[in-house]
Amino acid sequence: MHREAKLGLVLLLTPLLLWLVLLIFIPHIDLFLVSMRERVGVGQYDLSFANYLTFFQEPLYLVTFLRTAVMSIFATILTLLIGFPVAYYIAKMAKGRTQSALFLLCLVPFWVSELVRTFGWMILLRETGIISNLLQSVGLASGPVEMLYNDAAIMVGLVYTSMLFMVVPLVTTLESLPDEVVEAGYDLGGNGLSVLREIIIPHAMPGIVSGSIVVFMLCLGNYLTPTMLGGKESLWFTELIYSQFIVRFNWELGAAFGFLLLILSSVIVWGMLRLTGQSLEKTMG
Amino acid sequence: MKNQSFKLSATIAVAATLGAGAASADTLRLLTWGGYAPEEIVAKFEAETGHTVEVTKSNNEEMIAKLRATGGGGFDLAQPSQDRIAGPQEEFGIYKPIDLSKIDASLFIPSMLDATKGNTTVGGDVYGVPHVWGTSGLVVDTAKASMVQDYTDLCASDVAGKVSYRLKRPTLIGFAYSMGLDPFAAYGDAAAYEDIMKQVEAKLIECKAGVKTYWGGGDELMGLMRSGEVVASMAWDTGGWKLNADNADITFVAPASGALGWVDTFVLPAKGKADDAAYAWINFVMQPEVAAMITAAAGNFTASKGADAFAADDLKARYQASFPAEAIDNIKWYPPVPAGLEAIEGGVLDRVKAAK
Repeated sequence: MHREAKLGLVLLLTPLLLWLVLLIFIPHIDLFLVSMRERVGVGQYDLSFANYLTFFQEPLYLVTFLRTAVMSIFATILTLLIGFPVAYYIAKMAKGRTQSALFLLCLVPFWVSELVRTFGWMILLRETGIISNLLQSVGLASGPVEMLYNDAAIMVGLVYTSMLFMVVPLVTTLESLPDEVVEAGYDLGGNGLSVLREIIIPHAMPGIVSGSIVVFMLCLGNYLTPTMLGGKESLWFTELIYSQFIVRFNWELGAAFGFLLLILSSVIVWGMLRLTGQSLEKTMG
Repeated sequence: MKNQSFKLSATIAVAATLGAGAASADTLRLLTWGGYAPEEIVAKFEAETGHTVEVTKSNNEEMIAKLRATGGGGFDLAQPSQDRIAGPQEEFGIYKPIDLSKIDASLFIPSMLDATKGNTTVGGDVYGVPHVWGTSGLVVDTAKASMVQDYTDLCASDVAGKVSYRLKRPTLIGFAYSMGLDPFAAYGDAAAYEDIMKQVEAKLIECKAGVKTYWGGGDELMGLMRSGEVVASMAWDTGGWKLNADNADITFVAPASGALGWVDTFVLPAKGKADDAAYAWINFVMQPEVAAMITAAAGNFTASKGADAFAADDLKARYQASFPAEAIDNIKWYPPVPAGLEAIEGGVLDRVKAAK
């Protein structure tokens, strides 16, 4: 009986283990090995840290990474600021069918691919696009306005792309907050601001933290949105990885960049958790 | 239970027979560019030979990256440009030599076949035969930016904010020629090449303020030119001719310093499994009538002898308008890229992209 139970467990775990080992562990080990090679001649490689050194010695790469990280953090904060009221309205103010309808509205844009959504933004923002023409016809602008190909356009795209991943965890945690607790807060003499600060935000903290982590990682690892909306000013770390692998045939440096992205982004998430006094256990538990 | 195992063995038997039947009629996995394997030609080839064709569309860099990832497997025939064969072959060994006796040399324009054979020879073996050729140069809206005659004219203040180009190696080469330098001559000398690239880098950074955006794909460029947001750009000849069909003002201009000529080839990936089907495909598409159909679809001319006679008149007219005789003589054909050159260019492109 005991042995049978064990077998069952093994069988149940097999798909997960296969998935983890074959698709996550082995490729990462291989990537790590590739990143430790240095090309010394045609088809000849040596073991070295040269690729990692390149990252820290060439200011361009470091600057690009910092820029990507800072913009991703900014995008995460913006998404939180926009997503929180939306989630609060859906979870607490809307009732019944309105609630489901609003939630569905958040989901709808994600039924089409990211590429199509990004093209949508390009049509809206470009010089001969809808917003530019609208501004001209209303008389607010005298000539064509170019809103594409800058950092603001990248930010708009990133926030739009990651909104859902902030709203969903927030709605879930906010729904579990009993209305009575909020009412009690007001009864005890609190105003809107103090209730928000003392009751709602502490309760929603797990949702805020998990949403922020997901959004930050999605922004950091995004390739399409910065490349398409950013134009000549787009400088995104994933773009560097792509060009090392595909354009330069320099898999060694690309692999090192990939690993650095993994490590540095983990460090940033860990640092942010420490800074805000949160921990992963609290968020997940 | 018994019934089930019978079903299973029957399925296996059927699969085995089908597998055996497929040995004579192969599946040709073709890694190529958009437009090089139009559906009508694939259907015709399948009907004639019994082989089936699976087409994957790609570009030079991705083709090499894909083949490198599998050590030359996953495809039976690929079509990188002739300058990107010798280097990757030396470095990664992703192709196998072409058996020239299986190719009908009489279908090819002799000078092009010889040139490609010479450029793709590694260690005495020939790795590529030519297929489609064309040039890159400038696409200009002649009504608004007729002063753009050369790559460096893209930096002129008259067209500031309304020009575009790709941030890729053809741009570096084109600008170098237009600045009076000779990058191809410096291919073998890394230090001299780096020096040329430094000058190009300075020029491109100086020009960056006037660039609308660096385009990434052909469709993006079409959108920019059609909407009038961009009036002059670096582009392929076919892109210009396609736009010319919609708007007579826009056309391809061979730059004063010379258009850059490329030849896309046929190569056999090292682990290709259907060589016979691959040779059959090469000999099939190089027939003049079929090659003319590819020209109609892709917009570019092929190395097929006699296919010009079948080409559409409007395409020929556009070609002649863009290429007077002296412009053809002035085409700079890409020599094979030595392994490792990409690293120098890569650094330049990164720094241009990052410059403010």
